[in-house]
Amino acid sequence: MSEQIASSHSGAVLAARNISKSFAGVQALKDACLELKAGEVHALIGENGAGKSTLIKIITGAVQADSGEITLKGQTIVDHSPRVAKGLGIAAIYQQPALFPELTVAENIALGLEQAKLWLRINWGRRRRRAADLLARVGAKIDPDCEASELSMPQQQLVEIARALGANARVLIMDEPTASLSEEDTQNLFAVIRQLRAEGTGIIYVSHRLEELSIIADRVTVLRDGRTIDSRPMSGMNRQQLIQLMVGRELSAVFPKKSAEVGKVALELRNLCCSQTGIRDVNVTVRAGEIVGVAGLVGAGRTELARTIFGLTPADQGEILVRGELIEISSPRRAVECGIAYVPEDRRRHGVIPELPISANIALASLDRLSSSLGMDFKRETEIAADYTRRLAIKTPAIFAPVATLSGGNQQKVALSRWLATRPSVLILDEPTQGIDVAAKAEIHGLMSELAAQGVAILMISSELPEILGMSDRITVMYGGTIVGSFGRTEATQEKILALALGHRELGDHYRFSGTQNDSLQA
Amino acid sequence: MIRYKRELAAAVAYAVLLVVVAVTAPGFFSAGNLRDLAVNNAPVLLIAIGMTIVILVGQIDISVGSQFAVASVAAGWLAKTGVPISMLLPSVLLIGAAMGAVNGFLVGRLGLPSIIVTLAMLVAWRDGLRWVTQGAWVQDLPPNFQWFGLGQTVAQWLIVVSALTMLVIFGWMLRNVGAGRAVYAVGSDGEAARLAGIEPRQVISGVFVLMGALVGLAALLNAVRFSNVPANSGLGLELKAIAAVVVGGTEITGGRGRLVGTLIGVALLGTIGTALTFVGINPFWEKAIQGVIILGALMSDAVLGRVGRLRMAEKTL
Repeated sequence: MSEQIASSHSGAVLAARNISKSFAGVQALKDACLELKAGEVHALIGENGAGKSTLIKIITGAVQADSGEITLKGQTIVDHSPRVAKGLGIAAIYQQPALFPELTVAENIALGLEQAKLWLRINWGRRRRRAADLLARVGAKIDPDCEASELSMPQQQLVEIARALGANARVLIMDEPTASLSEEDTQNLFAVIRQLRAEGTGIIYVSHRLEELSIIADRVTVLRDGRTIDSRPMSGMNRQQLIQLMVGRELSAVFPKKSAEVGKVALELRNLCCSQTGIRDVNVTVRAGEIVGVAGLVGAGRTELARTIFGLTPADQGEILVRGELIEISSPRRAVECGIAYVPEDRRRHGVIPELPISANIALASLDRLSSSLGMDFKRETEIAADYTRRLAIKTPAIFAPVATLSGGNQQKVALSRWLATRPSVLILDEPTQGIDVAAKAEIHGLMSELAAQGVAILMISSELPEILGMSDRITVMYGGTIVGSFGRTEATQEKILALALGHRELGDHYRFSGTQNDSLQA
Repeated sequence: MIRYKRELAAAVAYAVLLVVVAVTAPGFFSAGNLRDLAVNNAPVLLIAIGMTIVILVGQIDISVGSQFAVASVAAGWLAKTGVPISMLLPSVLLIGAAMGAVNGFLVGRLGLPSIIVTLAMLVAWRDGLRWVTQGAWVQDLPPNFQWFGLGQTVAQWLIVVSALTMLVIFGWMLRNVGAGRAVYAVGSDGEAARLAGIEPRQVISGVFVLMGALVGLAALLNAVRFSNVPANSGLGLELKAIAAVVVGGTEITGGRGRLVGTLIGVALLGTIGTALTFVGINPFWEKAIQGVIILGALMSDAVLGRVGRLRMAEKTL
């Protein structure tokens, strides 16, 4: 491991100084700085595109900086790579789980932890035991011998966390670790983080869930447009101040749901069941101009319900009515014909095709309308793409740029545009603002209000209670594959929703949460 | 048993074939015939071992047939120029490894797509060899070239045992040694492997070098069976090897598969032609039936739900 002694020493366990990086001419980081002390949880926040992920990747050696230096305990790291980072005790949980689908959980954990000793024999028993120990520490009930491909998204996230724990790292970086975790798993994670902090680990914590930060973070560094804007103690910072630092301006309201005129029933589900995915007896109506929020814990069957409505896992019992007409939805194609659109949760994998240009991505669900017997109407495709790029304020130099070059929020706008271009009467949004920055979030919320006002019926799945409460006209709560309760806009509270989502049916009206969590949710 | 379900389809098909042959043409199981089959298929097995590892790491090598021809001719020339028999093996291994290193450099270092790189090398090695030899066979080999001068029986045993030993060694290493697991990790997700501190480029390069060395070994063990070396040997060998690997349950996209399956695949595809002759079916059907077997293997893939990536994708949608 090649290290040099650097002259300056600030007492920080890890310091990134004046880091600059540009990708193909786009400046991602400009003189960004970050100082992490041992035994602190250091929140790193900023809008999407602010450079958080790039900074993290530079710290872990996955990306090389153009200029600037990273020091660990005052020593400058040279020739940085993920391998070097591992040797130095820098571990990371990336936003997208980086697991090997074909390998077992135990091996996935081991590969992240063991220095690759290429010619030594592997001790399978020890790998298995360590995996079981680490998984138990994060409270995950996952068999170390099962293949990673069999895990759900939250389970994959838990395996990543377990792997990072096992690194016994001096510096642990977590990029949106709670993005797909249930409330219970999140609490487990926080307990683990507190324990690591007590043991002296420095933790960089990236999250868009600002309410989490006041619970778990000690200090916060704000990035904006690739620069470090501020770094200060977390105590005394409130949500409003954080948002202000991130966007550089005051946001009047993060969730601007305007009331819209409610029309006829656009989507009605009657006793919908899908045995394959565990959906049972779901009854929901969504009227034109209405946003119905679907709350629930991860695994409650919300995404599965959306997939059933959209024909990905067709229902085996019950009825679906669109605009009062009984229809059989056997495939997504049929769903699209009936005017249903579905913007899925996993944006990069299912929402957009990253390699394709923005124009082709937007046109993808409307190819029938854009083609004639003579072939594709590319002029029309370009017009439509340009139109949505303008209307949704997609920030890009050109509509022919690959979607992969956009930030998360703009990718999500492309995913939305694709389905708006089909002019749906029913729009199903699955975690529409997950992992995107506050400003893009507000824009998407504004767009949802506008669509509702135009008479689109929206079914919105979300794990963020403030979003559910702010955006929904009505709220339904799912638990165990079915709907366990519904509220009107005025009667819903976070406590009631959470109680139902946790399965405490009888406590629904007076369930209370203790201490910090409750406070933070109101922040 | 569950662990080996990927290999099960091929094993069952092979068992059925053997039973049918046992009932209709027991002459198939004569010692002489079985020995001939084993000796004929040993070189294919060696190449299929390398191919399994190449496919596991998420790549493909279709230049092995041409490499095989080059290595065979080289073995003959070396023997003729008086290189002692004991030095033939290391020389040919080195030549094979060098040819593999070309692929390894282009695919691993430069990141070029392996199917195109090895297609180019397939043509380059084959036509380069044709140009150099003018199509002439290597003849007048020293008397101790054939069967290594050990006599037919001993040498035949040596060939079969060598191939099976390689199978056992590499099978064990793939499962139990860090480098073997690195192969699976890189084939499963190269970027995740890089983030986990494995260098995918080195692993890929190394695998191609190993493939070349195994081709060298196979070429030598094959060449010593005859009294001269044809300049056009190894035609279609790449397809035989890839087919055996796929039939044996290794996922063509990498990351999943075992050498046990490859052994069954080689045995199944390697014996079906002879078996047909014994049963009295026109051997012209051999290729067609092999095609059906390959399709059958892929279909059992789908039926058994072995296509992991798709499954993962569905879970997370």
